Amino acid sequence: MLLISCPWCGPRDESEYSCGGESHIVRPTDPERLSDAEWADYLYMRNNPKGLLYERWVHSRGCRRWFNLVRDTVSHEILAIYRMSEPKPEIESR
Amino acid sequence: MKPRYSIVSLARNAFSHHQNWQAAWRSPAPQPEYDVAIVGGGGHGLATAYYLAKNHGVARIAVLEKGWLGGGNTARNTTVVRSNYLWDESAHLYEHSLKLWETLTRELNYNVMFSPRGVLNLAHSPHEMMEMRRRVNAIRLNGIDSEILDVAQVKTFCPILNLDPAARYPIVGASLQRRGGVARHDAVAWGFARAADDRGVDIIQNCEVTGFDIRDGRVAGLETTRGRIGARKVGIVVAGHSSVLAEMAGLRLPIVSRPLQALVSEPLKPILHTTVTSGTVHVYVSQSDKGELVLGAAMDGYQSYAQKGSPPVVEDFLAALVELFPVFSRLKVLRQWAGIVDVCPDASPIIDQTSVEGVYFNGGWGTGGFKATPGSGWVFADTIANDRPHRLAAPFALSRFHSGHLINEHGAAGIAH
Repeated sequence: MLLISCPWCGPRDESEYSCGGESHIVRPTDPERLSDAEWADYLYMRNNPKGLLYERWVHSRGCRRWFNLVRDTVSHEILAIYRMSEPKPEIESR
Repeated sequence: MKPRYSIVSLARNAFSHHQNWQAAWRSPAPQPEYDVAIVGGGGHGLATAYYLAKNHGVARIAVLEKGWLGGGNTARNTTVVRSNYLWDESAHLYEHSLKLWETLTRELNYNVMFSPRGVLNLAHSPHEMMEMRRRVNAIRLNGIDSEILDVAQVKTFCPILNLDPAARYPIVGASLQRRGGVARHDAVAWGFARAADDRGVDIIQNCEVTGFDIRDGRVAGLETTRGRIGARKVGIVVAGHSSVLAEMAGLRLPIVSRPLQALVSEPLKPILHTTVTSGTVHVYVSQSDKGELVLGAAMDGYQSYAQKGSPPVVEDFLAALVELFPVFSRLKVLRQWAGIVDVCPDASPIIDQTSVEGVYFNGGWGTGGFKATPGSGWVFADTIANDRPHRLAAPFALSRFHSGHLINEHGAAGIAH
C-alpha cells in the first residue's frame, strides 16, 4: 500500500486515489496538421520506463483534485509530488 | 531423437528410483551466430522456436532467457485457456490456439495437463445478460462453442455458487465455453523446450540481452551477458519487459506494464470442477490438480516492474470470492504473488515486423497471454520465417494504432485474465 501525500489533504492511503497514467502529455495545438503516426503517438504511445515515471493521480475518494507525482516503477518510491500548475521537476534517477 | 515418454519409460525409471531420467534439454554454450534468436524463454518464445524448427525448417535457432525457463509470467499466470472472444480477429487467433491446445500433449510428447473443464462467465444483471447473449451469438457465428445458461442450469453445473436472489449481486445467468479450461503452466514451457531442443534449438538460460547490434537499419546481433551473439533475425517475446527490450532496439510501443496479482488457497478435496469468472464482482477461480484454489482478478492501478501489487486489490477479489462461494469463507491463503503484464490500449496483442529489418515483435498480451501460447508461437514463427505477417497475426500489427483499426477486447472476459 502506497502512502501518497495529496498536495491539499496530506498523506492518505493509496486506496483513496486513482492513477491517471503518464503526465505531461501535451495535446497538439493543431491536430488537423498531424500525420496519422503523430496523432497515434499522442493518443497511444507511452513512456514505460523501468525507473522514474512522471504520472498523474487524482484523489478520487477525497478532494477529487488532480496532481502529479514522480515514482520509481521498480521500488515504488515516490520522489516528488507537485501540483498540475507547477513545472516538471528534474530528478536524478537513483 | 530423445526417448519418448510413455508408461513403459515411467515404469522402467521407477525401478531405478528415477535416477536415470535424461535431461529434458541441453544447456549449450551460445554459438557465434544464429539464423533466428528468440529473446525470452517463456511459453511464447519456446513455442515460437519449436514451430520455427518444425513448421519452417529453420536450422540455427537460439532461445535467450535472462533467468530460467518459464520463470516469468509463464510461472505466474493462472492458466485459463479459452477462445470465447467477441471480435473476429481475436476469435480466430485464440481458436487456432485452443485447437493446438487440444492436441498439444501428444504433439510434444509431454503432458501439459490440458483440462477442458469449461469456463463459466457469470452475469449479475439483466443488462449484463443481454451483453452476454450478444457476445455468445458473435462467438457462435465464428464457429466457436459457447452457450447461455439460465440460473437453474448454473445451479446444476456449479451447485456451490451462491444463487440467492437476495444477494448483493445476484447471479442471473452465465455463458459457458465447455472446451475452455486450464493447463499446467510449467509443463507448457518444459514441453515446448524439450521438443524444441530435440529439433536442435539451443536454449540458453541465464543470458540477458543488454543491447541490439543494428547496422544500416538491419539487425546483426545481440549484446548479452554471455557475450555478443550474431543473429540474422531476432524475435522479441518478453512479456513484462516489452518496452525495455523495444527501447534497446529503438522502438516505441503503445504498451504500459502493470502488476497482475494472483493467489492460491490451501489445498482442498475436489470441490470446484470448472473455471468460474465474474466481471461484476471481479474474481476468477479454478481448482488446481493439487487441490488449491487458484484465483485472481483485474490488474493493479498503476505502472510497475516490481512483481508485487497492492493489498487492497487482493482484499477486493477475496471479498468477491466469498460473495460468490460462501463455502470458501474460512479458507486460508497459501501464497500470493504478482506478475508484470504488458498492456496495449485496446487489450489486444501486437504481433508484427518492426521498423528495424530482421527484428520482430510479439507482446502486449496483457492479462491473457497464457491461453495463446501455442497459437502465438505458431503465427509468430510463420511471421519471422516468411518475413510477412501470418494471416491470423495481420490484424494485430502495430500500424493499427495509426489506422484506427483497434481490436477492443477490454470486455473479453468481463474481467481481465
